[in-house]
Amino acid sequence: MKKRMVLVVSLILVCSLAGLFANGTAEAGQSAKVSKTELQFWTWRPEDVEFYDSVIKDFEKANPDITVVQNAIKNTEYNTVLSASLSGGSGPDVFQARAYGGLFTLSDSGFLEPIEKWMPEVKKFPAAALSSATDSNGVLWGVPSVGQTMLVYYNVDTYKKYNLQVPKTWDEFLHNCKVLKDNGETAIANGTKDGWTVETLLGVVGPTFYGGNDFYNDVVAGKTNFQDPRFIAAIEKLGELKPYLPNMYTGVSYTDMQASFIAGTATHFLGGSYEAGYFTAQNPDLHYDIFAVPGLKTTDPARVSVYADMSWAINAKSAKKEAAVKFVKYLSSVEVANRLINEMKMVCWTPGSDASKSPFIQKVLQLQSEGTPYVFLAGFRFKQPTGSQLFQANGQGYMAGQMSAADVAANVQKGIATYYAPFQK
Amino acid sequence: MFILPGLAVVLVFIVAPLFMSMFNSLFSWNQLIRGSFVGFGNFKRLFSGYPYRDMFTNALKNNVTWFLMTMLIQNTLGLFFGYFLSRKVPGHAFFQRVIFLPVLFSIVAVGYLWGLYLRPNGLLNAFLALIGKKSWQQPWLGDARFATPAIILVNIWRWVGFPSLVFMSAVDNVSSECLESAYLDGAGEWTVFSKVVVPLIIPSITIITVLTIIGSLNVFEQIYTMAGLDGSPNFATDTIGTLFYRTAFGSVDAGSPEIGIGSAISVIIYLLTFVFSLLTVSGNKKKEVEA
Repeated sequence: MKKRMVLVVSLILVCSLAGLFANGTAEAGQSAKVSKTELQFWTWRPEDVEFYDSVIKDFEKANPDITVVQNAIKNTEYNTVLSASLSGGSGPDVFQARAYGGLFTLSDSGFLEPIEKWMPEVKKFPAAALSSATDSNGVLWGVPSVGQTMLVYYNVDTYKKYNLQVPKTWDEFLHNCKVLKDNGETAIANGTKDGWTVETLLGVVGPTFYGGNDFYNDVVAGKTNFQDPRFIAAIEKLGELKPYLPNMYTGVSYTDMQASFIAGTATHFLGGSYEAGYFTAQNPDLHYDIFAVPGLKTTDPARVSVYADMSWAINAKSAKKEAAVKFVKYLSSVEVANRLINEMKMVCWTPGSDASKSPFIQKVLQLQSEGTPYVFLAGFRFKQPTGSQLFQANGQGYMAGQMSAADVAANVQKGIATYYAPFQK
Repeated sequence: MFILPGLAVVLVFIVAPLFMSMFNSLFSWNQLIRGSFVGFGNFKRLFSGYPYRDMFTNALKNNVTWFLMTMLIQNTLGLFFGYFLSRKVPGHAFFQRVIFLPVLFSIVAVGYLWGLYLRPNGLLNAFLALIGKKSWQQPWLGDARFATPAIILVNIWRWVGFPSLVFMSAVDNVSSECLESAYLDGAGEWTVFSKVVVPLIIPSITIITVLTIIGSLNVFEQIYTMAGLDGSPNFATDTIGTLFYRTAFGSVDAGSPEIGIGSAISVIIYLLTFVFSLLTVSGNKKKEVEA
């Protein structure tokens, strides 16, 4: 009996020691792992997970002491999820941040790390890009990454089929649309079910008619307002597109628009330069090109709206700031910028990035010579009700024939004037 | 001791957020940071000034539409379905399953699929073309006249099984003596239903009415999945639920969060739900009869 007891106790001891040893080995393994810094990295681009995975892989190869865990959250939920986690004192170390008002919501709340002290070289970025991430106190809160341009895509094969030329005037554009419609084609893919696509229409068509930077600078300074006849005339130009939009266009959603252009059933698509990568990925055989909406005369400048789309930001509460800075520096490098240009067809702000291998980006840059800030996003998407929200809703009403262009302008003006000091004089 | 886990859940997920909302609604907010005490300032902004007053009124009007249409269509249908299912009409077991099945479907999946069916080139318009009613085709979710009713009807399709089941079990519980006496006295089916069954199932009607009030004032997911957070088109589908979410949390297009005003909206939702539920319960209590 005694022997058996000794045997049992010995077995327990051996097992315990084995357990301890095993634990020790595991802990040693863990400590080896712990010595690697793990960064949490969030984006709002589930579509680009593969791209960023490959970027992360290259970064980790060059920085074996850092691992990056990517978490892509749906675009429409991103702001809420990010704000909630940052408010709770957690959240990612590095993340995609919105530009303009969307970024300042986080910086004003103290959630962001000022960038310039970590990356003084960021000052070499174009001023227009830096302005999208610099608050009213002159503090830079993110490294600008990509910019977008609002333009018209057209299907080159359909243009050839009906012997159409790239329009040099607004009337030529409408004429092309008429020819297409008369031949049973859907001339323009755009619908108005999703409010933000109505703002997109304005971003593409508006600047040529309201006068680009002249109007933008005046309205931001409060020297004029949205009831300016130039702005009302620009809204009315959207109305001239109605006969050429798809059947029952008020019910056509963004994804329907994309699908019809990608499938080649619609000839024009009024949208942002961010669409190109998706169009090509979905239909590599789609032969498309771009132009800016032309003016009334051939001599009128064909303007485009331009905006900084996102920047890379660092969580102020991150305990791994040095690793985070390393990763942000890599994300903002020429190497990643060139990949964004060539693989994702994005216009990058990084100085030294090379667009020579991408004819599409070169053309976008060419159109940007007549660029003007995307009016509501850059100037009036801060407080509620934003210019975007007001225009999107009222624009839907206008496109549905429920209100006039003057009513849209009046409602936008009235909403923004509730908080925008230059409009309250 | 036994109620402690349940009580903890109620305290953490219902009572605490209610008081937090009330608390937050009394302060000004700078983005996500609580500022100074402003008393009822946020309520004043909500009710007195453009644009919040107009947006709130418009959204509340849509909530009322939700309530009225749900009461009139869903609950009336539910009452009749429940009655006839309990009368054991031929095939009642099959119909019971068919009617109740959509209740089990995910609201997000239902919203997404019906969103596809209601597209201009979706199933409904294709069906109308098939039966020669092309002129009836509409951009259902893109037309301000049809968008809210279309979403409500989809919700009714999904949810009508629930009141049907509640009413069916209520009618099943009506004592057979009562019904037999009524039939012996020469009452027809309609008289039995309206004069005997309905008064005896008032408690169930009260429950369904209260749930409809709560559901109509809190409607959010259906709008979010079928029309988007901005209550498209042109706020035609906006409800106080979507208005609250947009205002309190902000969005890419809606701008910075206005937590003070958002909290004020949530307090109003609580109050409206509480008051109308209480009125319904006390009003129907008087109509209850003992079998």
